Amino acid sequence: MKHEPDAGGHFGVYGGRYVAETLMPALIALDRAYRDAVADPTFRTQFQTILRDYVGRPSPLYLATRLTEAYGGARIFLKREDLNHTGAHKINNTIGQALLAQRMGKRRLMAETGAGQHGVATATAAALFGMECEIFMGEEDIRRQAPNVQRMKFLGAEVHPVSSGTATLKDAMSEALRAWVARVDDTFYVIGSVAGPHPYPIMVRDFQSVIGTETRRQSLDQVGRLPDMVIACVGGGSNAAGIFSAFLDDTAVKLVGVEAAGFGIKTGKHAASIGAGRVGILHGSKSYLLQDADGQVLNAHSVSAGLDYPGVGPEHSFWADSGRVEYCHITDTEALAAFDDLTRLEGILPALESSHALAEAKKRAMILGLKTDIVINLSGRGDKDLDHILSWKASQRAGAKKHGADSTRRCHDGKTDVSTVVPPRKRDEGGRRYS
Amino acid sequence: MNRIITTLDALKRQEKKALIGYLTVGDPDLDGSERNIRTAIENGVDIVELGVPFSDPTADGPTIQEAGQRALRSGTTLKQILDIAKRLRGSFDTPMVLFSYANPLFSYGYERICAAAAVCGIDGLLVVDLPFEESGELREHMKRHGLVFIQLIAPTTSLERAETILAQADGFVYYILVKGITGAREQLDSSVGAHVAELRKRVNIPIAVGFGISNGRQAREAAVFADAVVVGSALVQAARDGNLAALVQELAEAVHGKSPKA
Repeated sequence: MKHEPDAGGHFGVYGGRYVAETLMPALIALDRAYRDAVADPTFRTQFQTILRDYVGRPSPLYLATRLTEAYGGARIFLKREDLNHTGAHKINNTIGQALLAQRMGKRRLMAETGAGQHGVATATAAALFGMECEIFMGEEDIRRQAPNVQRMKFLGAEVHPVSSGTATLKDAMSEALRAWVARVDDTFYVIGSVAGPHPYPIMVRDFQSVIGTETRRQSLDQVGRLPDMVIACVGGGSNAAGIFSAFLDDTAVKLVGVEAAGFGIKTGKHAASIGAGRVGILHGSKSYLLQDADGQVLNAHSVSAGLDYPGVGPEHSFWADSGRVEYCHITDTEALAAFDDLTRLEGILPALESSHALAEAKKRAMILGLKTDIVINLSGRGDKDLDHILSWKASQRAGAKKHGADSTRRCHDGKTDVSTVVPPRKRDEGGRRYS
Repeated sequence: MNRIITTLDALKRQEKKALIGYLTVGDPDLDGSERNIRTAIENGVDIVELGVPFSDPTADGPTIQEAGQRALRSGTTLKQILDIAKRLRGSFDTPMVLFSYANPLFSYGYERICAAAAVCGIDGLLVVDLPFEESGELREHMKRHGLVFIQLIAPTTSLERAETILAQADGFVYYILVKGITGAREQLDSSVGAHVAELRKRVNIPIAVGFGISNGRQAREAAVFADAVVVGSALVQAARDGNLAALVQELAEAVHGKSPKA
């Protein structure tokens, strides 16, 4: 199976480089520098050493026995990316890109951020390597994610508020692209997901592929065989691409990507680009996109800021069409129930993003059955989300309008219609039993 | 023969430079923007760029971003923009270029937009985020419908890369004057004249320059080394301030080297 895009970064019809001409030379140079770096054993050793000694890799593959028991079927393993330095998988990629920036002689990093996790991870790498750092963040997100804004500032980054458009992640990325055009000579743009123009989707996937490589090896070492299913949440899709990439050729391993259904697909307030979007062009690449009939990009919604993006990485669109990965979606309500499950049963506070993957496992564990194994990529820890969850629960208790979960499920492997095999909805609320 | 080419040829024979004016269609609303475009043409714009508003204009500064937001709020669609083009074509022979980001065109369908644009009297397309490498499919459809694809060259484009791009260029080449986004600038970079001279050795179609030009003085400076001068953000702002006619006259005089055409 071929997993590399063509020279222009196309995965089938997806991907590519849809940017202003001013940026094209920089992207071509970046592609060359990246290929050169990964071919250099010194660079690879440097990267692996920092991942081990600074990030704390390898992260454990943990058998969650109480969660397994509660979900009543397949054994559930968690890939503990939440234990990385800075609390999420994002740091794997920012270390890689910062090293590459240094190798290219750039002294300045810039990045977009939504919830602030990628911003913190970029600011961290900048501090580690003694580089300047500028972070673009929507004003709305700055308001919602004050602690991460403070962390970035402590780390020495300049946080640049973005007020255009909806003042969230999509606008932060647009503004970062505009700023990069003006300082393309001395600045390295650190994109946080497998999105954006080529070579970012492959570069970010490769830097995150350490998640998959470790998981595969740990499965063989600890369990003696590969898992039956790997589940990861998908916003832009970097943690999913990272863990999936090691299993693409293991066709017996089912790969499941979970998008955010927000208030429910039917409400239109969601972030399921693959599940409910159509192919379009945004932020440098062609991929599934939430857009209106006239090609204007729609605002996404998810309780989880990290999934709140109207696009998705182009390789995910390719995997969706090819059927190698099945994409499903989980509502805000379902994700929050799964957050409670893991917290109470295992003493682990998952990020709201990762809670979407947990909620999907909850639906599948019993169907998959005993004597099977599911690995969930626990992409980050939930400490950043506590205020948000508290206010969400308060509004639920206050009897605010309850946004019912949308039970319609679309799966994109072209074969399975999971709606026929999903347990009745009652079971979805079963998580409360354990609280 | 395409109107862009005949117009630029005619101006060249008269030893005159061309003024290319951009306005976002639908800003502040459809009727208002149609009036503004008519004003621009009547006061001396030689080629008009019809800006298609987009939700995420990554190459534009605040002036054009906000114009796009106003146009989208007023409900502007690509179909309505084509209708305006058709009405304008009923009144004027001025060449019209549809200026867009890729997604609205891709969403409409490349083949369908080319067919519709040609029927409505549009002469060319300029797609900001569709570099040479990604434009093959659209260019094929454009050729079939007699439309000219305007290629952009940036200050960061190497001469080697420029040669590849220019081998496929048609109508005119658009040289971006600044490393940055659209919007008025105080000063033009002093090195651009030399860049344009290098390009001229490699291409025999007219060279337009734009990004940052906002007044007659800058337009006059740019017209010294370029065949055409593009003004966008400054026109959008002038239309908002109610002095579009005056600014177009000032620019036309600077570019044409004498009084604007009657």
